[in-house]
Amino acid sequence: MDLTLTPTETAFRDALRAWIAANAPRDWEAGQLRASMQEHFAFLRRWQKTVYEAGWAGVSWPKAYGGRGATLMEQAVWTEEMARAGAPPLANTLGLAIIGPTIIHFGTDAQKKRYLANILSGDEIWCQGFSEPNAGSDLAGLRTRSELRGDRYIVNGQKIWTSYGWVADWCALLTRSDARSQKHAGLTYILVDMKSPGIEVRPLRQMTGESEFTEVFFHDVEVPAANVLGPQGEGWKVALGTLAHERATLGVLFQVQTRRQLDRLIEIWKERGEPGADISRQKIAQAYVENEVLRLNHLRAISSIMRKGAPGPEGSILKIGWSEANQRFQALAQEILGDYGQLAAGSDLAFDNGAFAYSYLRSRGNTIEAGTSEIQRNIVGQHVLGLPKSY
Amino acid sequence: MNFGLSETQQHVKDAAHEFFSKELPMADVRKLIERDTAFDAALWKKVAEQGYTGMIFPEAYDGVGLGPVEMAAVLEEMGRALVPGPFVSTVLLAGTLLDAAASDEQKKTYLAPICRGEMRATLALLERSASWDPSAVRMDAKAVGDCFELTGEKLFVGDAAVADFIIVAARDVLLVVPSKSPGLTLTATPGVDLTRRLYRVSFDRVKVSGGDLLAKGDRASTALARALDIAAAGLSAEMVGGMQQLLDLTVSYAKTRTQFGRTIGSFQAVQHRCVDLFALVEGARSAAYYAAWALGHDASAAPLAVSVAKAWASDAYREAGNSAIQVQGGMGFTWENDAHLYYRRAKGSELLCGDATFHRDRIGKTLR
Repeated sequence: MDLTLTPTETAFRDALRAWIAANAPRDWEAGQLRASMQEHFAFLRRWQKTVYEAGWAGVSWPKAYGGRGATLMEQAVWTEEMARAGAPPLANTLGLAIIGPTIIHFGTDAQKKRYLANILSGDEIWCQGFSEPNAGSDLAGLRTRSELRGDRYIVNGQKIWTSYGWVADWCALLTRSDARSQKHAGLTYILVDMKSPGIEVRPLRQMTGESEFTEVFFHDVEVPAANVLGPQGEGWKVALGTLAHERATLGVLFQVQTRRQLDRLIEIWKERGEPGADISRQKIAQAYVENEVLRLNHLRAISSIMRKGAPGPEGSILKIGWSEANQRFQALAQEILGDYGQLAAGSDLAFDNGAFAYSYLRSRGNTIEAGTSEIQRNIVGQHVLGLPKSY
Repeated sequence: MNFGLSETQQHVKDAAHEFFSKELPMADVRKLIERDTAFDAALWKKVAEQGYTGMIFPEAYDGVGLGPVEMAAVLEEMGRALVPGPFVSTVLLAGTLLDAAASDEQKKTYLAPICRGEMRATLALLERSASWDPSAVRMDAKAVGDCFELTGEKLFVGDAAVADFIIVAARDVLLVVPSKSPGLTLTATPGVDLTRRLYRVSFDRVKVSGGDLLAKGDRASTALARALDIAAAGLSAEMVGGMQQLLDLTVSYAKTRTQFGRTIGSFQAVQHRCVDLFALVEGARSAAYYAAWALGHDASAAPLAVSVAKAWASDAYREAGNSAIQVQGGMGFTWENDAHLYYRRAKGSELLCGDATFHRDRIGKTLR
């Protein structure tokens, strides 16, 4: 057991730190809170391009596809350093975190050449078409059809809660290729050009007021058969194939984001010198404890993946961990800020232009998106603890 | 960076698991806790022969010279086996204090016999204020010539009845006081935990020779802070083992108990409770091993890491006990079921070396 960075990891961190210090935009957050979603996304896309051109995007991807060939631990260091410095996130979240690694794992050489560099540069933004109106937690019940006719699939159906659908160039789409199949069998994972005729994207407005996600309709959309990722009929395996890795490295981002907000909250708390300091101190310390435990669970999971190729049992609780801890933290921030906590962007009395009010609302979605806490607990109960299926 | 046990460390843990499974089945734990002291000399001898009592102390004093991570691995297994007796008092509290504060001569006299399993000891720190903060100590050690004289009382002193000597934290000084010293009396103060017994130690003009002064002033407080951190981290690892055992008992019950024609583990209300218990254990494990590692390798991060581990473990072990008993229903509430033995241990361990409130306070003051 050795929790110091190795000389290679240290060199990696120092080089990255120096690059961030010289290149990351400063004080961008307040300005971006006033920007439209489109303007904001364009800003993130420009930033991703800068990062890519300097060779700092997708650091754990193979060098052959534009990555740095870094380890997962270095990927985690990257995430932590970027977030700690307050650098903007990269635009192509799903492409970088999930779809790119899935293509690296299951794709043909031609597919890797075709897609990966554009994911890293942000030239092609990706969305993921998994959930449907009648296949949410019960994802394997999905019904969007892909029918192979000659050299193409004909796709019909509807996806929902599709993040980045409004801006995506490509969609990683999970479809039912065998009409007679049920559940996990007969699913096929295909890569769909969002500019294909027959695709209609409608924004869904969420409770924060934004429309981060969309509904996507497919009417006789033609997709070349060569766009299947992995074997036909094994889409479920492809969809879940790299999930554990991505959970572990992506989770670090959420943990560090909460940690940054906690640091900021402590700053405000100090300045304001609230009465009831003992109770506040207890609660803030508890938030710190939870955040630290989250950080350490992630480090353990990443170490385990690097040693054994898979996370240990601690890896299965990362998503429940960060989502629920973040909700508790946001409630605490509201409590500490009192009447000021509710103030939204545009109010001159708001701390950080309403960032806490926004996060409070946004965090509500954390225990729903990417698998509800209830479904996560079913998965851990069955697959880690070996308890019988509950439904 | 590698957050996982090395092959050697894993071997140490596996060996401890095997040793305690063989030497201390639960039936023997139950016999031991019927004794006033929860102590068994034969078991202690075997534990010492394994090298556990000297594990983290230098070879020069008959120790093994391993680090806090190895100690944590053994303690996790001890916690799982619910080993009763004065291990925490002797090794984690008194031993670490001697290691940090004693002179070479004193280490030969007191630490080496602890390593060899020939002596047991404890720390007398708390007073009426019941605070684990050493600055709350009020007892004075009156200087009389070359000697000291102690009058007053210490509370919540663990395993004092089987200790050969007691390290007394008085204002500004740490003193070694042989348990048989004239004027020293012990009164049992029975608590919930049957595996670690608590005592009031009263001092009526107890004479302590100048040679038994361990440290004074800053040296004393630094040593005490260090020893309490090591003890809290070790204890947190021990608590992980207890929680793991509760989890295993609970999940195994949920897999076999049938109601309404189904195993109860298939009900989400039960299953999700098991998952939450599992998450508490894994979090405790991450935090405890990190704290142990930091104590050996990153001194500046250690106090905070220790408080995180102990704050989490203190709440988590208690909660793990709640879930274990709840899931097992009426059976969980019986004396025959092992859950309550761990539930009791959880309460004692929660308080020992500072509870979650104490450690959160320490964290909060560091952050502020």
